[in-house]
Amino acid sequence: MNTPFYFDHNATTPVAPEVLEAMVSVMAEVYGNASSIHRTGQAARQKLETARRQVAAFLGCDSKEIVFTSGGTEADNLAILGAVRSSQRPRKHVVTTAIEHAAVLNTCAWLEREGVAVTYVPVGADGVVDPSDVQRALRPDTVLISVMHANNETGAIQPVAEIARIGREAGIPVHCDGVQAAGKVEAKPRELGVDFYSISGHKLYAPKGIGALYIRAGAKLEPLLHGGRHEQGRRPGTENVAGAVALGHAAELAQSRLASEARRLSELRDRLERGIEAAVPHVRIVAGRSPRVPNTVNVVFDGVEGEAMVIALDLRGFAVSTGSACSSGAVEPSHVLMAMGMSRKEARSALRFSLGHSNNAEQVDALIEAIAESVSHLRKLSPDYAHA
Amino acid sequence: MPDNNRIAVAMSGGVDSSAVAAMLHQQGYELIGLTMQLWNQRRLPELSGGHAAGRCCSLDDVYDARQVAQQLGIPYYVLNFEERFEEQVVKPFIDEYLAGRTPIPCTLCNNFIKFDRFLDMAAGVGADRIATGHYARISRNKETGRWQLRKGVDEAKDQTYFLFGLTQEQLSRTLFPLGEYTKAQVREIACSMGLPVAQKNDSQEICFVPNGDYAAFIDAYFREQGIERSRIRGEIVNREGRVLGEHDGVHHFTVGQRKGLRIAHGEPLYVIATEPQTQRVIVGRNEDLMRGELVARDVNWISIEPIREPVRAMVKIRNKHAPAAATLTPSGEPSRVLVRFDEPQRAVTPGQAAVFYDGDLVLGGGWIE
Repeated sequence: MNTPFYFDHNATTPVAPEVLEAMVSVMAEVYGNASSIHRTGQAARQKLETARRQVAAFLGCDSKEIVFTSGGTEADNLAILGAVRSSQRPRKHVVTTAIEHAAVLNTCAWLEREGVAVTYVPVGADGVVDPSDVQRALRPDTVLISVMHANNETGAIQPVAEIARIGREAGIPVHCDGVQAAGKVEAKPRELGVDFYSISGHKLYAPKGIGALYIRAGAKLEPLLHGGRHEQGRRPGTENVAGAVALGHAAELAQSRLASEARRLSELRDRLERGIEAAVPHVRIVAGRSPRVPNTVNVVFDGVEGEAMVIALDLRGFAVSTGSACSSGAVEPSHVLMAMGMSRKEARSALRFSLGHSNNAEQVDALIEAIAESVSHLRKLSPDYAHA
Repeated sequence: MPDNNRIAVAMSGGVDSSAVAAMLHQQGYELIGLTMQLWNQRRLPELSGGHAAGRCCSLDDVYDARQVAQQLGIPYYVLNFEERFEEQVVKPFIDEYLAGRTPIPCTLCNNFIKFDRFLDMAAGVGADRIATGHYARISRNKETGRWQLRKGVDEAKDQTYFLFGLTQEQLSRTLFPLGEYTKAQVREIACSMGLPVAQKNDSQEICFVPNGDYAAFIDAYFREQGIERSRIRGEIVNREGRVLGEHDGVHHFTVGQRKGLRIAHGEPLYVIATEPQTQRVIVGRNEDLMRGELVARDVNWISIEPIREPVRAMVKIRNKHAPAAATLTPSGEPSRVLVRFDEPQRAVTPGQAAVFYDGDLVLGGGWIE
């Protein structure tokens, strides 16, 4: 099969050529252990710390506030479990939202098994959390608030700065999962006022297996892993220098093209949305009026199963996505869309298109055509589609 | 646009459907491998001690199916049919038992999932036809134009008993490549093609029920759903109504059953019938199980037009039953057929199917009332 047109950048991104080059050269030449005393180790340490400064510059913080992790999931786990376990209170409570990524939701679910109470704040039909709901969810024993910056399925940007202010006033640390925001909008944890901020390399044109957590200077955090004194003891394990270098370069690249890509991708997004609306009847753009990242389009196609659409489009050479997949790879209706008030059936009819650096207007136009043909074909077979 | 050369293969991860994919691939068809995720094996963990491996729809099976698809280099996807399967197969299966009948979930699955929803999904992704690993044959009568269903050449593996509900349209879009082979040959083919699943064990009878213990499944399902069932205990009585013992629910019993009655009695006792209204299980002697006739409802005619006058046929009343000679007589409604056996048959069981054969040919079939 031909290389598909790739419209699934929220799932992952290809490694940028300049990132690959930097990483490969480190893998080939800089093999030292960054914790070794000798110059071979020092060379690795130097690469690692340069990368840390690049990530810090990208996030607008001090490099001492950056801990490298194996990815976004580990960063979320480290922030949530680490912050909750650092509290000495006998009873603990966490506030998060109903639309978080599984890396946050399932970490909170695990905490519930450990006896921690968790409140999952709902969202409105716009896919955005109301900060006053977070305020109301707080309790005297609340030890952490965790809210995502941008949602992976709808792209809706959450009012993180307001929620962080609420947390600060109540003396409660705030974690923000920034995995889907970093590289798409300004991702500056200090400006947002959060204590912890997670990012993932592979959403940023760096490879899988590297991520980072911003930990505000002075914030309390217990490590998850126990071992050597790497990463200030917060994340033991011999440092993944090549991965860190890749993330550093990717962060620098993202910063340098943030504004131009945001403009370009939002134009492509609008082109895609307008094109779908013009070519396909009975569609609905999800969270279309909410503040959102420039690359994400989520559309409900009445009477069509998203699962069938993903396969049909894949066979036509377009990689898109729907909801979240369970461990077998089967599609499950999106918890995010259902939290926004959609029925299971509506949520099953949603497709997500996430644009990225490789996409252009020509690809978008081809995608619109393929969508129109696939929807029309599937609707002819659909007993649920009554508009015919 | 749909391509006539494109076939969707239902891949379960077992040796049969894997062999189908490999054979059709070798014949040059453009294949799409699809696995139907039907049941979440992590549900009802009490039934299996939490071990889902080796049962249908386990991650192991998906892994195996994916591996075969990768080896063949065909696109492969998993379809989530769990909710549909629960609504259209699992719940009716439970309802039937509670209503004192003995259901066949595989037939419901064939009628409502595999040859209905799956065919639609296949069409949706541009495959006009599907292929499965069933042991059965499909042919077309050139004179009448009717699609016909025949037993697979491997009598022991023949699955036509579960396929009596297929419509002409469904048959016209379905391939059963294994119908011409024996299971041993299929394993050989799988082996010679280097399929990683060639030596895998056969699947069990009812895919979502561990160890065939359907009563335990039903009890566990109700506990999971938080449904309290009152008055499920009942009496075991003989045909004269004399109480011989007690039981834990009519769903533990099926007609003809001898084990599990826990009654000390001079001669062997068998379940003759269950009465869900009164929660009574009626027992009697083996002779009491013999029936000379039955009525089949919702009859689907496959290889012949609906009958208008009596027709002779061999009739199978459960999967492992040796077909018995009978006369089929149309009743007032075309979908109801009176089946009169030449010799009385043991344990005619409501909820099971009566499938009519003429030699290899499946004439049709219906549900025993």
